[in-house]
Order: sequence, then structure tokens, then C-alpha cells
Amino acid sequence: MSEHVWGERDTTPAAIESALRELLKERHAEHPGFVPARVLNLIVVVDRDWRGEIENRLEQVGRYNPSRTILCSVEARRTTLDALATLGSEVDPEPGSDNFALGRERIVIECGPEHLEHLDTVCDALVVPDLATVVWSPHQHPEAVDSLKRLTQVVLLDSVEEPSIESGLRRARELAERAYVVDLAWLRSTPWRERITASFDPEPWRSELRRIAGVTVRHHPESGIAGLMLFGWLASRLGWKPGAMIAEGGSLHGNAGGGRQDVRLRLEPDATMRVPGLAGITVDTASGMSLSLDRGPGGLTAKRATRKGEQSQWTVMGASRGEGGILGEGIRQALLRDPTYAPALAAASAMMA
Amino acid sequence: MATVAEPHEEQENPLVEGLERLPVHPTTLVIFGATGDLAHRKLLPAIYNLAHEGALPERFNLIGQSRSDKPHEDFKAEAKESIEQFSRREADPKVLEALLDHVRYVPGSFDDPAVYEQLVKEIEGFDAEAGITFNRVFYLSTAPAFFPVIVGKLGEYGLSKCEGSEVRVLIEKPFGTNLEEARSLNRDVLEVLDEKQVFRIDHYLGKETVQNMMAFRFANGMFEPIWNRNYIDSVQITAAEDLGIGTRAGYYDSSGAMRDLVENHMMQLLTLLCMEAPVTFEADDIRGEKVKVLHSIHTPTEDEVAQIAVRAQYSAGMSAGEPAKGYLEEQDVPPDSTTESYAALRLQVDNWRWAGVPIYLRTGKRLARKVTEIAVTLKPVPHLAFEQAGSVGVQPNQLILTMQPNEGVSLSFGAKIPGTQMRIRPVQMEFLYGTAFLSESPEAYERLIMDAMRGDATLFTRDDEVEEQWRIINPIVQTWAQTPGPLPQYTAGSAGPADADGLMLEGHHWRSI
Repeated sequence: MSEHVWGERDTTPAAIESALRELLKERHAEHPGFVPARVLNLIVVVDRDWRGEIENRLEQVGRYNPSRTILCSVEARRTTLDALATLGSEVDPEPGSDNFALGRERIVIECGPEHLEHLDTVCDALVVPDLATVVWSPHQHPEAVDSLKRLTQVVLLDSVEEPSIESGLRRARELAERAYVVDLAWLRSTPWRERITASFDPEPWRSELRRIAGVTVRHHPESGIAGLMLFGWLASRLGWKPGAMIAEGGSLHGNAGGGRQDVRLRLEPDATMRVPGLAGITVDTASGMSLSLDRGPGGLTAKRATRKGEQSQWTVMGASRGEGGILGEGIRQALLRDPTYAPALAAASAMMA
Repeated sequence: MATVAEPHEEQENPLVEGLERLPVHPTTLVIFGATGDLAHRKLLPAIYNLAHEGALPERFNLIGQSRSDKPHEDFKAEAKESIEQFSRREADPKVLEALLDHVRYVPGSFDDPAVYEQLVKEIEGFDAEAGITFNRVFYLSTAPAFFPVIVGKLGEYGLSKCEGSEVRVLIEKPFGTNLEEARSLNRDVLEVLDEKQVFRIDHYLGKETVQNMMAFRFANGMFEPIWNRNYIDSVQITAAEDLGIGTRAGYYDSSGAMRDLVENHMMQLLTLLCMEAPVTFEADDIRGEKVKVLHSIHTPTEDEVAQIAVRAQYSAGMSAGEPAKGYLEEQDVPPDSTTESYAALRLQVDNWRWAGVPIYLRTGKRLARKVTEIAVTLKPVPHLAFEQAGSVGVQPNQLILTMQPNEGVSLSFGAKIPGTQMRIRPVQMEFLYGTAFLSESPEAYERLIMDAMRGDATLFTRDDEVEEQWRIINPIVQTWAQTPGPLPQYTAGSAGPADADGLMLEGHHWRSI
């Protein structure tokens, strides 16, 4: 890992941009094999007190690092901009080698609350033109996200960090009206969605999709929205009519109108879960089949029981991605488009209406 | 307002929409030659990586088959070691354990009936235990001589078809060493299997770089108008290696550069470069277009071979600053070997798009540099108003598609040298794929194993494709086989033999390696 660094107190966006260009020239003059990555811009707006935690998460995304990260660290009562620009690469290019070293740029801007309403005028000069720009504001600051609207194509959101399921859904819907939303809560359910799909894919089980009569999702106590989005996905894909969910003793339950029968839906917090996301899911069908998937060693432990009482258990292999992996996946998804998210969000919202 | 999906046909799985990782039917994979080098270095690590990413079918079993007699547990221990040593990611012990839990080993020679009886027992045992019928995929990672033997036995023991599930057979390269062998092997294989069950591997096609060629050509409108004989002057396809044959003399000396790389990988690159846009990206549409390109290349006559093909061997020299042995001095190479370590070829694709555009191919060991690229040289501008004096002058534009070492695209064009005079020199506009994407490319074998399990044959070679490739190459290797040695030499670490220049039509030169 090698880095070139520039910093200045009470600086301006133009000075930062100029310094970045100089850093690039210097770096390239030293090593012609140095090439800056050009994938996407990521603007992160954080509270200064929690900056370290967010930076740690960004460190863990590994190869899914965006090419230019602009971290706006908001400090109460600050009125000036301080900046630190870093140009780094995992390796230096070897002299005489054909290999190149991929460079990434990180700019940390210390700013104050008063900058947030016009944060676009700070960041505009700093984003690489023609690359997708992603905004992530994990500590709220909606005014910053609003201000950056004209620069932004994608908003990264972790709706489990919203105060409630309702506010998480509301926030996701608001953001979806102006940009493509990548919700980390949705991505936490991706392996589950893939495995439910695969479990019902073999011919003997596929017809059971139309006979689903009950779904229970177990989740981290603060990840109810990830479970609800899973219900929303099932409802939108299987044509269920979403019904209202009712809170009861820490759980949520309700019904959705399936084609042949009503579907009982239940969200159960699992206090033993240490990380955000889902702990397990059980799907029961009207014909007496039950399939459950639960976190287990080396992947998910799958259990299937039939009406005749036949039982089987197996492991669906897969390593946990960890929270760093989820964020990395969020950044990667910023370059893609998932056509099933919006219908799932609409169905989940209808369940909480 | 987002819409709710309409109810689908009973047969479709409506949950599939939008998922990047599509479901694959539960599968039992049998690897013949499971203790060999390919399985050790590539196949087992690829299978682990798929398990790690959650990409394998939801239920998956692996059976290793090979000659060495050993219990299941020893094979599992060896598989674990291979994975830990060669996987592109650090192995997660729990995932690895879950994978190895469903691994079995069946020892015996490939023609031994007991092997197939045991395979039937193991495969059906997995089915019975799960209460479902797994798809069967057989991976033939053995010496080519055993391909027909194994396929024949699969048929004999009822393993080539299975009611209620799919049976697929992956066959490693080389698919024959000449046209007759390829035809004979196709006959043997297709006596037992349907073509749609057969997946002939050319692992080169599994590389992202090769698939990117299709994206480059068919997802960009700007190149299509010039992609023809009116604008393209010539094409050079190079696959150069800086290394020698190492300890692979056993294989390489019986194969040579033409069979090792030109007949398969390089002909595939040629077809991808020259094919028409397929109607869809379905396997048979793409392969159909590729076959049309091969069909447009005429079969060389014996007399033509000397004019269109050159072979050579490397002699001792310097490579990467170190002394390097000559080919005939390499370990286990017979001193009178006439196997070529370098082959170059000039072909023409005789159709409306490409008629008259020479396509030069070259490959070799112990060349100056490791590089795989396609260089498309455009015709020069019809009239030049600039002074050429005092500069290297205006050169025809070149579009270079590089596969190795750094996958990318570069375009050379003329630019003015700063100053008072209008002097021009070529400059490069360069794009490196690695700078624009976040993902790490999967290993070619990961992609190919998954595609075969899914039944997607797009990146595999069809029977007629293999035979067409051999139809073109066969006269050359046959003529060479009848021509006594010694072969022309090129110094290790050089750009290749001087004789290769003789293939060039007037005004053409090999690009520097």
C-alpha cells in the first residue's frame, strides 16, 4: 500500500480539485504504470464523532472500493472547510513490469452543518465527470442528500438504521422518487431470496409456490425491515395482495391474499442474532410441505418436511459476507439495476400502511 | 406506482426475475481424473469458490474418480489441500467442511466395469438419501485416449440418460489431435449422447476477456461501420508466452504450438472477431455464426502450406535476464524432435465482410514477452496533406484488443507534435478494464462448470465447430509431419523466427512483442 497525501486548512473545492490533479500527475510521473480507477464516485456524509466507524466499514469493502470517495465529515459549529486528499494504490507498479497499479482517491472534507444545504457546490468540482455518483448518508442529514440530488444517480441507504420499519420504508420511497436506491437491508436478504428461489425450483416443488400458506421470518431485532422486504418480494413476485401487518408482543403478523388461499405472514425478532439481517425463514404450504432455512455452519441449514412426514436436511453452502461485504455489495449494486426492488418496496409499504 | 407481477404459468419460477444467481438443479458432479493436475490446481479450487459464493446448486455432491486406490477420506484430505493451496480466496473452514461432507471417491481404471457399477451405486445413493433425482454431470479430465472409453461405459451402464433429470458430459481439450480423430471422437460421443449433452471445454472461452470481445463488438455501434474489408487493412492475433515448456514436455512435444493454441484458442478468437452479430445470445445462434466464419476459410492445400504457415523452435538465449535453454535441450524433449514451439499462419476469411483482409496468427513459447492481443489495422487515409519530414509520420490507426497481461482496448491515432510545424506522431488512447469495474473476475473454470451445470453451452465448442477448426489446421500439421527437420530456430527471448516475416504481405509487419 502506498499513498500520496495533500492537505489544507480553510480550503476551497477548487484548491482540492487542483491538488488532486497535481497528485495524479506526480504519481504518474513516478510510475507510468499507475492508473486511476474510474468506476464511480461515492460521497459519504457522516457525523464527525462516528466518522471512524464508517471509515472502518469502507476499509472492509475490499475490491469493491469506489474509485473516488469524498467523505464529508460534519462537525458542529464548524464554518470552514479543511481537506485531506489521498491518492493510493494497493501496490506500486514494478519497474519494467507490464502490470499496472490501480489508484484510488479519497478526499476527507471537514465541514460544518451550514455547508450541508449547499454541499453540491462543494462536491461538484470533486466528482469525476461521467462516472456514476453514489451518495451515502448513514447519519441522516437529509438536507445534504437533497442538496446533492443534481449530482447523484444512486442513493445508498441502510433502512435498518432508520428509527422504525415505517420510517425506513418511507425514507426508501422518498429517495426512490429522485434516484436509484440501493438499500443494504434489501441486499441482506439477497442470499435468502436466492435460496428460497432455488429450493422451490426443482419440478416437484415449484408448484408449491402457488400453495404457500404461511411464511415466518426470523430476524435481528433491528432488522425487521429486511424481513418485511422479503415479504414484499414474495408478494410482488407471487401476486399476493398485501394485507396490513399488526404488532403483537414484539412480533409483527398479518395476512396476504394469495391466489388460492390467504398467506399468514409473521416477523419474529431473534435476540440471539448478533449482526443485522435475517436469521431464518420457514415457508409452509397448503399441501403440508414445510421448508425452513436457518443460518448454520458453512451456509444455511435447510430442512424440508412433507405432508407424509418425510423429512430431509441439508446445507446450502455459502460463506457469510459480513457487514463489510454487504456494504461492498451495495457499492457494486450501484452499477446495476434490480427490477424487483421497487415492486417489493411497494408491497412492503402496503403491508405497513 | 410499482406494479405487482402477474401470476405466471405453473411451469415457470416467478421468483427468478432479477436474481443475479439463477437456480441450478441439484447436481452430482463426477470428475474422471480427479487426482490429476487439472483437478488439483483448477477444478477443485473452482468448485470450492462456487461453494463459498453460494453459487453451487442448493444440493451438490462431488464424486472423484481416478486410478489410484484410496479411501474416500484420503481423497477428501487431498481435495482439501488442493483447495487451500490453489483457491483464489482463503478457504472458510466451515464451507469447506460442508463441501467435503458430500464428496466420495471411486477408484479404478477407466475401462473397469467395477468403476461404473460403483458410480451407479454412489449416484443413486445420493438420490435416495435426498429423495430427489440429482442432475448428473460427468467431467472428463483425463488423457484424450480415454474420452471414448469413458463415454462408452457411461452408455453401457445406463449413466448417459436419466429419467427426470439431465445428464451432461464435459470433455476437456484436446478434442482430437487431427481431423480424423476429432470426427471419430464426435462419432463415438454422439453414439451415446445427444449433442446438447456434450460440453467440449476450451477454457479460454470461459475467460471474461474473451466474452468481452462479444460485448465490445455487439454492444457498441461505433465500430460496426468500419468492421469490414473497406476499412480494415489486416488483423494480427498474437498469443506469446515468455516461458518455455518447463516440465510439460510429455504433453507439449506430442502436441506443438499449432495444436496447443492455434487450432482451438486462436481460432476461437478469430471467429469472435469476424463473426456476424448473432440474432440472440443463445448458444446455438452464437456457435452458428462462429461456424460460418470457419466455413469461409478454405482448406489449405499441401502446396500452400509453406506460403501460409511457419514453424520454429526456440534455441538457447536469454529470457528475463536469465540464460534460457533451447527447446531441444529441455527436459524429456527428444534431441531430434520436430515439434514446433512457434507457429505463425496467414488466413483469409472469404466472405463479403472480410475478403482480401489477411489475418495473421502467431503463437510461441520463450518469446520476448507474455502477451495475447488482437491488433486490427485500419487502411491509411487516402490523401495526406501534412509534411512527414521531421516526424515518424502518420501511421494507420490501430485498434488493439489486449487479453493479457492487462485486459484492455487501445486505439492509436495521429496527433500533432506541439510546435510551430504541423508534424504528426501516433499516440495511444488506452482503456484498461481493471480500472472500470469493481468485481474480481471468476476463474474460467468456475464459469464453465456453472454453465455446464445450468446447461448453457454458449461458451463450449460444438461438434461442427471442432471439425471445422481441424479442417483448416489439419493439412498444415500433416504437411509438417511429413517434412523432415531440423526446424528453423529463434533465439529464446526474441520476437520469433525471421521466417515468419515471409508470411507478411507487402506493406505489413509483425507488431513488436
